[in-house]
Formats: sequence, C-alpha cells, structure tokens
Amino acid sequence: MSEPILKLEGVCTNIAQYHILQGVDLAVSAGGVTMLLGRNGVGKTTTLRTIMGLWRAHAGRVLFDGQDIAVLSTPAIARTGIGFVPEDMGIFSDLTVEENMVLAAASGPLDPARLDWIFAAFPPIRTFWKQPAGNLSGGQKQMLSIARAMAEERRLYLIDEPTKGLAPAIVATMAGALRDLKAQGASILMVEQNFGVAKLLGDTCAVMDDGRTIWAGEMRELAEDAALQERLMGLNMENA
Amino acid sequence: MLTRLLSGDGPRSLPLALILLAIFLCLALAPFLFPGTRSVDTAARICVFILLVASYDLTLGYAGIVSFAHTMFFGMGAYGVALASTHLGRGFDALVLGTLAGALAAAVFALLIGLFSLRVRAIFFAMITLAVASAVAVLVSQLSGLTGGEDGLNYQIPRALTAAQKYLDEPVLGVRINGKLLNYYLVFAASTALFLVLLRIVNSPFGRVLQAIRENDFRAEAIGYRVVYYRTIATCVSAVAAALAGSLYAIWLRYVGPDTTLSFEIMVDILLMVVIGGMGTMYGAVIGATLFILAQNYLQGLMGAAAAGLEGVPLLPGLLDPDRWLLWLGVLFVLSVYFFPTGIAGRLRGE
Amino acid sequence: MSAPDHTPTMARTGIWQRLEPHLPLILVPLLAGLGLVAIPSPTSWLTLTVSGLAMGMMIFIMASGMTLVFGLMDVINFGHGAFISVGAFVGISILLALGSMTGTPSLWLNLAAVLLAILGAALATAALGLAFEKVIVEPVYGAHLKQILVTMGGLIIVEQLILVLWGPDEIFFTRPEALKGAVTFAGAAIEKYRLVAVGFGLALFLAMRWILRSTKIGLIVRAGVENGEMVEALGYRLRLVFVGVFVAGSALAGLGGVMWGLYQEVITAHMGADLMVLIFIVVIIGGLGSVEGCFIGALLVGLMQNYIAFLQPKLALISNIGLMVAILMWRPQGMMPVVKAK
Repeated sequence: MSEPILKLEGVCTNIAQYHILQGVDLAVSAGGVTMLLGRNGVGKTTTLRTIMGLWRAHAGRVLFDGQDIAVLSTPAIARTGIGFVPEDMGIFSDLTVEENMVLAAASGPLDPARLDWIFAAFPPIRTFWKQPAGNLSGGQKQMLSIARAMAEERRLYLIDEPTKGLAPAIVATMAGALRDLKAQGASILMVEQNFGVAKLLGDTCAVMDDGRTIWAGEMRELAEDAALQERLMGLNMENA
Repeated sequence: MLTRLLSGDGPRSLPLALILLAIFLCLALAPFLFPGTRSVDTAARICVFILLVASYDLTLGYAGIVSFAHTMFFGMGAYGVALASTHLGRGFDALVLGTLAGALAAAVFALLIGLFSLRVRAIFFAMITLAVASAVAVLVSQLSGLTGGEDGLNYQIPRALTAAQKYLDEPVLGVRINGKLLNYYLVFAASTALFLVLLRIVNSPFGRVLQAIRENDFRAEAIGYRVVYYRTIATCVSAVAAALAGSLYAIWLRYVGPDTTLSFEIMVDILLMVVIGGMGTMYGAVIGATLFILAQNYLQGLMGAAAAGLEGVPLLPGLLDPDRWLLWLGVLFVLSVYFFPTGIAGRLRGE
Repeated sequence: MSAPDHTPTMARTGIWQRLEPHLPLILVPLLAGLGLVAIPSPTSWLTLTVSGLAMGMMIFIMASGMTLVFGLMDVINFGHGAFISVGAFVGISILLALGSMTGTPSLWLNLAAVLLAILGAALATAALGLAFEKVIVEPVYGAHLKQILVTMGGLIIVEQLILVLWGPDEIFFTRPEALKGAVTFAGAAIEKYRLVAVGFGLALFLAMRWILRSTKIGLIVRAGVENGEMVEALGYRLRLVFVGVFVAGSALAGLGGVMWGLYQEVITAHMGADLMVLIFIVVIIGGLGSVEGCFIGALLVGLMQNYIAFLQPKLALISNIGLMVAILMWRPQGMMPVVKAK
C-alpha cells in the first residue's frame, strides 16, 4: 500500500466539557478506501468533523499530505482538496439542485465532463436540476450531498454514513456510485454502519470505541473474522 | 438575623459590605445628614431607582433576557397612582388603589408579552418589548385627555404626606418633622422592603432555576423545567416590582409625565445602572443606581466647568459639554460589558 | 447498476403546499383593498397608498441589511439605527453644501445632487459599519445578551457623537426644487418625491433580489443563512462574506436614512433609534433572515401606518403592533421563515 494521504496522530477533541475524542490514530492511503467503524456514539462523526476543522482538536496532529491541517480554518482545509459529506447531508434546501452544485465547485465553473459523470452515477440529479433541493427525497438528498463532494477534483473524500436510513434499492445505487468513485482512484475515509457496504468498498478499516481507535487493519481480515467483530463492536455483523 | 434578612446572600466581600452599609446609612439618615430639598429629592430618587434597577436585574442578570419595556411597567405604576389621585380625589385609598391597579396592569402586560414572544425565541423578547414600549409611550403622549399628554399630570396626595402637615412644632437636629419627611421614609422603607423581597426571590429555588436556564436553557429544558414558564414568571415579578417603584416615585413627585417615567432615556439609564453596578448580583443595582444618580446630579456640573476651561480648543468642549455625558457613559457601558461583565459589585467580590 | 426505482416526491406536493409559502404575497393587495373599503374617498386612498408604499420601500431599504446580518451570523444589531442617523446627517450635509445644484429647478441637476448625497452617505456608513463590526460586534459573536447590550451602547455613542459634530438641534431643510410639489393623478395629489422613493426602493429591491438569486455571492449568502457550517466546509470564508454583508447593510441603512430625511425634511440624531421600532416589527413579521419577507413586511407596515394615521391618527403605531401580533399568531416565526439547518 502506498504512502498515507491522511494521517491522524493522537487526536483529542473536547466539546464543551466533554472529552469526545481521546486519542484517535488512523491512516488513509492514497487511492484507497478506509472504513471507520464502531458502535453509535464512539466518536466517528466527531473524527470527521475534527478533520474538517468544524471541531477543534486540542491535542494531536491531522496530517494531510504531510501538512498539519489541524491549525487551519475550515475553509482553508476544504481548499486543500477535501470533499465533505456530513452526517446530516448539509443540503441547502432553499437553493435549487443546480445552485447546490454550482456552490460546491468553489474554485470555478462546473466541468461539463465531470457533470456528465455525476449525472450517470445519480440520474435524479439531472431530473431535478432546476428544483429546490428541499423538495428532494431523503435518498436523493444523500445523492446530492455526495454529488456535491464530487463536483470538483478532490484529493480526499470524507463521507459520513452515506447509506443511513435509505431503502435497500437506493443503498445499491449509492454503493455503485461510490465504487465508481473508488475506481477513479479517489481516496476516501468513510463512516459506515452497513457492514455489507463497508465490506464491499473498504480496503482498510479502523474501529473506534470510546473516543479511541482500538483496531486498524485490512477490511478483509475483519470481515472474515466473526469473533474479532464480536470483540471490537460488540455484535456480530453477519448481515452481509 | 441579618443573614436571614439578606436571604443568606450577603455581600461576601468586605469593601462591598462597607460601601453598601455606607449607602444604606446615608439613605436612612439622608434628611438629617443632607438637609435641603434638592439632596433629599436625590436620596428619594436613589431609593426608587435602586428598586427599579434591582427588579430589572431579575430579568437581565438572573433570567438572562433583555427587556426594553421596563420603563413601561415603571410608568404603569406611576400613572396608576396619578390617575387614581386625579379621579378619586386626594386620599390614601386612591394611592393604594392606583398602586394595585398599576401593578396588576404591569403583571398582565408582562404575562402577555412574555407568553407571546418568549415562546418563539428569547431574542424576540428584546425586539418586541422595544416596539411595544415605544408604542405605549407614543400613545400616552398622544392621549392628552386622559394622561395629560407631554405635560403629564399634577395631582394632590394626602396632606399627611406633604410639607403642609407638621408633626412636631420644634425641628429635630435642624430638620422639620413634617409630612414630607414621612413621605421620604415611606419611599425609603418600601424600597428597602421590596429590595429584600427581590433578594429573597433570586435566592429561592425559583431563582436557582432561573440561573440554570440562563446558563444553559437547552439543558434546563431537558431536565424538565418549562423554560418559557419560568422566564415569563420572572418577567411578571420584575414588572410588578417596577410598577411598585413607579407608584412610589409618583407619590414622592406628585407629578407624572412621559419624560420622568416612560422615556427611552430612562430605559437607557436603567441599563447603564445595572451593567455598571453588576448584573446578576442585586447589590450591583444599589451601587449602580447610587453612583449614576449622584453623577447625573453632580458630575454634569463638573463637565460644564471642564468644557468652559477648554474654550477655544476644537471639538474638546463639545465632547465635554454636560449634555454629552451620555457619550461617556455609553463608552463606559460598552467597556463594562466587554471587560467587567460582573460590574462593580462583581469586581469587589473579586470575581 | 439499476436506475433508482423510487418515485420522485415532487409529484406528491399539491397545489396548496406549493402556494402556501407564497401566501404572504397577497397580504399587500389585501391590506390595500381593506384600505379602499375603510377610507371613504378613493382619491385620499390613492394618495395614502402611494405614501404608504413609499414609506414601506424606505423602511425596507433600512431593514434589509439587518435581517440578512441576523440570518447569516445570528447577530442582532440594536445599533443599526445609528447608521440611519449618520447616513441622514452626512447625506443632508452634502445636499446643503450643493445648494447651487439643488436650488435650481433642473430635474437632472437635482437628481445628481441627491445621488451624490446618497453615495456620500452610503460610503460614510459603510466605513462606520466596518468599524462597528470590528470594534463592537466581533468580540461578542454567539452571545445574544451581550450583543444586545453592546450594540445598544454603540447606538448611544454614535448618537452622541452626531450631537457633538452637528450640534444639538434638529436640522430643517427643503427638498431640491424638482422634487417639491405634487402631481395630480386620477384626481389625487401625489407628492413627486414619494414616486421617486417608490421607484428607487423597487429598483433596489430588484437589484438585491438579482444579486441574491443570480450571483455566486448571493448563493453563498443564501446558503450561509441556512447552514453556515456547510458553506465553510465547501471552502468559502463565511466570515468575510458576513463582514461584506454587514458593511453593505450599513450602507443601505445610511442610504435609507438620507431618503427618510428627504421625506420628512427634518433630521435628528435619534431618528434612527425611532425608526428601529418599525424596523424591528418589519424584520420580525417578515421572518428573521428573509429579504422577501422583510420587503412584504415593510410594505404592510407602511400602508398600515398611513391608513390608520388618516383614520385614527393616535393609533398609528399601536396598529402596527397589532399587525405584528396578528401575523405572529398566524406564523410564529414570521411570514417567510428561514429554514435553519439546526
């Protein structure tokens, strides 16, 4: 595996008086997909938000391509080439789908070739191009949120639970699009509760518990070891 | 005994205690220490404003909501007494009835505004109270048939409270013992008693809940306290206390008008007093009101002298003109909010 | 990979759901219609309606910046009125200095003078807005109580400084020659200046709408009102955008101040603070953060104020409080509530 493009070293984050992250270490290799797993409330979302600078790390380093980005502001972090799909999707519902996409291309006009690729992956984006994004269904909003992250060439994608609350058919579309993205050579750090999707897409994975990473390794290794799953996440994810 | 009177919430600082004691003694003995109409008048004004500012501190400092309608409640008490005295004739029954009516009106208005605006967002409250209070002030100055308009109302209070009534033939310590003196002590005693009641309220379980809400309203709501309910009650209590202060003021002055009770300038004065004195301390109201009114009465003369001394220098005389003293208070106000959010009282307590 | 087989939600929204958010639009003609019924003479009604619209346009200009600042950064600026007063004093001083241009009855010379005055006022209040944002507002982000207190303190200071610089008395003046007098239309006398104010206000509203709808900056502002965090996560520096909006809003307030001064033909240091009452009502009933709601709210308040002032002069201001109460009963978040992500 190649040199990691993103590396977290001992990251700690406090929200108000609560110590949410208490030493997170993980690495995302260039061109690879890393899955961030763990039970609810162990700090996965906080980890992504800390990387984006939406929460401030008070200890540890966030190295993106060798540069410590923990000291940068959120817009500056975004402009180093990181696309972010937040847990709540962060859709601007007052804006049209088109306006959401235009805004997502922060460095210039939308590239038509890229747009065709997005339309192919997520047909509803084309169908509802001129509609207010607030009128989209939950699955369509999730597609728009990921499409926004894809609107420009990014060096890293942070994707928080892209299949949460979606119907199985839409999960399949989503997984297909993400596999497409992966095939293009994108580096992705993804939080995922659906173990099937995680197994399908992940190259490596990190498991968190209680604000710390407790295990890191090959995705395949975790997927094949039911006892390890049981030990790390407290439940057997046989539903794949 | 003293601790119980102060509801267990003493000054907790020697300098603060000494200053408060000095203010208390000066006010208690004002007619004897500082004889003369003007100084006794100033003392009465200080008493009334201590109560008024303390009642404002209940909403601002303890409940953490900003109201711009406090002068409206103050005015309701004052106009209650004035209207009752005008229409029912001179008498104690008019004073009592007017005071009660004013307090009731204030409570009802506060309840309505509170339920209406606090339900949505606390920030609405500041804007809506400002709008309502301005509208009421305009209305009062326009309904001249009822309220005397801009000129206000002059009326008579019972003879027992005026200088015409003599209680002793001989002056005591050079002070004539007459109805005016009784009137002063009525204002003093009522203000002191009501101040102690407010102190009791903020130290009651109710007051503790208010402070919990101020610190974190989401958490308070999550624990199960009805935030809107507590805030509205606090507003009502504060409004009633302000109305009572207004009634006392009206009894003392024997005159009410928009400029003495309703104007936005007085609202600004109250804000300055509570912030400079110290929000959320109650004692800050005592210090703020005393300092402010003394400054208002005596500092302006000093500024006038300074301005006259700088005649010929460009701009400076304008800045030091006694009419511009609000400018300096405004600067002081902004600086206090930034750097001494607990005001003088908080500073003295070493917070 | 199969195409998504779920039904689009669009088909399910009925006509009512689509119309409902736009319902406030009909309130303005509705109120005007009510006015026509209540006011006995149609010519008086026409005069009052035009002056109500003119007043509404001016209030909109003054209020728009404030509502956007609130929507974008959750900052409530009680000192907004200071910009109105400063704008009026700077603008009217310029106008008085250009006496040779305003004294002649040439429309173009007059309009040029007014334009210069407005530009000067907008520049002055933009600069003041920048200073105000840095000194007064920035240190108290995220703390509403302190914001209210500190911006109120700022208002007091600026008002007093006006008194120091321009003296304690109100300034009376007359409008430029070509803007004096009235035109007669359908038997009703309509002051020329009010027509100018309506035209100018409408142009500004349309320009603002165009900026918000059709430029990238406008997109960023609208998106920022809804979810500032996400705008930052897309790489935009919202803080800069906010300062820009604050400065633009201050400039608009100053511009509105000049227009209001020309309308009243008298300016005082506390005119801004007085106008804040109407501005708050407009901003609240429009929905905090909504420019369109602010526009409709301003027109409603302007019409209401003029109709009631004609029918029952003493109740003019109270009637607007009544309007606010009625609208908040109907929609507690204002007519066009802004969707907030959190």
